[in-house]
Amino acid sequence: MHIHSTLSPCTELGDMTPRAIVRAAIDKGLDMIAICDHNSSRNSGAAIRAAQGFPLSVIPGIEITSSEETHVLGLFPTLTMARAAQEEVYSRLPGANDEKAIGYQVVVDECDMVEDLEQALLIGATTMNIYRVVKLIHDLGGLAVASHVDRSGFGIFSQLGFIPDDLELDALEISKHINFDDASKKYRQLSNYTLVTSSDAHYVSDIGAAYTEAEMAEASFDELALAIRGDEGRRIIKPSRLV
Amino acid sequence: MAQMTLADLVEALDLTVSAGAQDLAKEVTGGYVSDLLSDVIANSKEGDVWMTLQLHQNIIAVAFLNNLAGIIIVNGRQPEEATIKKAEEQGVVVMCSSLPTYEVAGRLYQLGVRRET
Repeated sequence: MHIHSTLSPCTELGDMTPRAIVRAAIDKGLDMIAICDHNSSRNSGAAIRAAQGFPLSVIPGIEITSSEETHVLGLFPTLTMARAAQEEVYSRLPGANDEKAIGYQVVVDECDMVEDLEQALLIGATTMNIYRVVKLIHDLGGLAVASHVDRSGFGIFSQLGFIPDDLELDALEISKHINFDDASKKYRQLSNYTLVTSSDAHYVSDIGAAYTEAEMAEASFDELALAIRGDEGRRIIKPSRLV
Repeated sequence: MAQMTLADLVEALDLTVSAGAQDLAKEVTGGYVSDLLSDVIANSKEGDVWMTLQLHQNIIAVAFLNNLAGIIIVNGRQPEEATIKKAEEQGVVVMCSSLPTYEVAGRLYQLGVRRET
């Protein structure tokens, strides 16, 4: 539910292309993935199209950096909604990318052909605080998941100390670097939330390194939303990782 | 260090007080600088004045939890409304400076806000 593409400047150039991501996800036996680049969803559409005809469902997403420098995943029911979120993010994301210093932000099509080089500073922080980020995601029908909550960089516990009661996150993602039991012991607030885990893959070889098992009628956004909320018999079975 | 209160810091650094103006008589016994709230919870000490650029209302809970003397928000940033409200509720003093963290901390140190090591 959290895979970066070649649009994120922290990935290797030419590694995380839509076709390569789709191929690796299918090889690893995943039924559903989400493309969540830093502060942009420009490659989500290409990945969705690249997966057409394959047994893989691709959710359009975006990993938004709040003003407190926490990372929040927005998973959306449609590409239109993801694009709307991206527009809002772009309007509140200061700075321009420096390709030599930070890396190329490559926008590609479903055939892995380069379409554009994104010039916004995607690794920067937006001026939206975390409440506003969550509200933006919800207003567009999306799911808001706090990214890698156990990580010291950009994780919500590191940045904010604890999760405020009135922040309406749909789920928390624990990273592949920690197992479920250790995470639960370390962060008592985890028991109040639905937990998922994902690879946060920046390299093709990382795809599937962590995954989440869920009971759903099909691999669709609506079913995922039910599973995360634990409605209608759908549920997240467990966050897992490959060791 | 010589005994110093928040009121002394407000005057010396020309801070604006956003919340807790009635509590400026609190004594300051040290200072702490960090923008990771988890780190502040772990390492700040009672009586510290905490310099940060975080504006989120969790800063109030952290200051309350560790019994800090007060918070100085740096760099001309303004605390969020919810943060001010929470500060008033919990009796946490929030002050603001137009200076960056380095300058604020340097001036406090010069004034004598430091622990004997």
